[in-house]
Amino acid sequence: MNDFLTAAVGFVLAMLALGLVSILRGPGDTDRMMAAQLIGTGGIAVLLLLGTVARVPAAVDVALTLALLATFASIAFVKKGLSSLEANGTEPTGEE
Amino acid sequence: MSLVRDIMTIAAVSAGAFFFLAGTVGLLRFPDTLTRLHALTKADNLGLGLIVVGLLPQAGSLRDGLKLVSIWLLVMLAGATVSQLIARNARQDETAK
Amino acid sequence: MSVATAFEIVLAAVVLGLGIWTTAVRETYSATVGFVAYGLLVALVWVRLDAVDVALTEAAIGGGLGGVLLLGAAARLRNTELVLTEAPGKATQVAAAVLAALTGAALAGAVLLLPDPAPTLAPTVVEHAWATGMTNPVTNVLMAFRAMDTMLEKVVLLLAIVGVWSLATDGAWGGHPGPRHRADPHGVLVFLARLLPPVGIVVGIYILWTGANHPGGAFQGGAILASMWLLTIMAGLTDTPPVSSRRWRLVLVAGPGLFLVVGLAGLWLGAAFLAYPPAQAKPLILGIEVAMILTIAVTLGLLIAGAPERSVK
Repeated sequence: MNDFLTAAVGFVLAMLALGLVSILRGPGDTDRMMAAQLIGTGGIAVLLLLGTVARVPAAVDVALTLALLATFASIAFVKKGLSSLEANGTEPTGEE
Repeated sequence: MSLVRDIMTIAAVSAGAFFFLAGTVGLLRFPDTLTRLHALTKADNLGLGLIVVGLLPQAGSLRDGLKLVSIWLLVMLAGATVSQLIARNARQDETAK
Repeated sequence: MSVATAFEIVLAAVVLGLGIWTTAVRETYSATVGFVAYGLLVALVWVRLDAVDVALTEAAIGGGLGGVLLLGAAARLRNTELVLTEAPGKATQVAAAVLAALTGAALAGAVLLLPDPAPTLAPTVVEHAWATGMTNPVTNVLMAFRAMDTMLEKVVLLLAIVGVWSLATDGAWGGHPGPRHRADPHGVLVFLARLLPPVGIVVGIYILWTGANHPGGAFQGGAILASMWLLTIMAGLTDTPPVSSRRWRLVLVAGPGLFLVVGLAGLWLGAAFLAYPPAQAKPLILGIEVAMILTIAVTLGLLIAGAPERSVK
């Protein structure tokens, strides 16, 4: 069982690495955001599998934290953060 | 009994890993932003969901199982809202061009 | 080579490659996205190394708050990037390369020259866990055995806030940090900002509570609370507080203040500064941590919100 789950961890990690190619390549910011979202989900999956394989129950808590904060980071990417200095130098008006 | 649980785990985790593969390949190969987004959400909802389902039989206690399920629910909520925001962002970029 | 070793090699290679790319890429926005992904992968490394407390901190800071901070910095830098189009001179580039190589070599040397087995106080810490009634050794070290360091660390956070505020212009002094965000009240962002924070608050408190016996604690919990607060600010549901507000300033000093009071009481009643009577150790530590989680949440939130930009009017 453990060997199977370890292999699954390796597989999802390999998918994560492939997703990184998308961050590197872009081309646009939108693609980078999507890749970051995929890596967040993949990271959570790896943590859950790893916690079961290595018998580290607290890994689930790390996954829970990531689940909350990956959302937060994605929203920050879409909103381009808290700053008032947008790319074109105007005040952000929020989502339309 | 343990054998049945292990078979369930292997089946569901394998299916979940497949959806991660599908999501990643889609993200890399699909032609435009919205179709790539469509691929991404498969990994979010089904990929992680099936892995969670697969790990449930291995969970030590009811509390651990509930935690696993709530992580999946959180990621689904996040995926649904964030992909809407990303799609809107992509459309704004297109009209701006 | 076992499956686990192969997994570790892949993980290390991915982390290294992403780190190099994040440093090398020219565009600040891409670098920020890369850095957040990097933080997430480093959290995996920490779990693999059995340092789950560190993994939680990395997930909370590197995966969330750090990204927002860097996005703000990137937006500010964008204006200067337009001016700095010419590349630095050859001499500067060579000097930077030499310095980086030397630092890398020194770090590698230090790692390779570590004594084996490394000197450790871990058995002593585990042996004395009875003194506090808590079984998480990290919490024991942070809150009891080396409580002095933790207290001073919180004072440093306070100094950092003062430093950030001092960057305000005269007109904005005492005002609200950052812009007032607005969003469609029926939009999806506002929906999430109403739905997620209650869950986040529960998780934050859970991480604090579980910190007594399992990985977790006030800092990680506070970082989660701060993220939820910033989410409601980004969705325009609430505004950043004016930095002149007395109530908010009171929250900022509550954590280190209570720590100091307990420490002085130890000096007066017991053996030494910050010496807890063993019977009351756990409730005292818990009390300090509750004050601390609020202080940390508000401090981190205000640090990321930045210097005041709008006057109170």
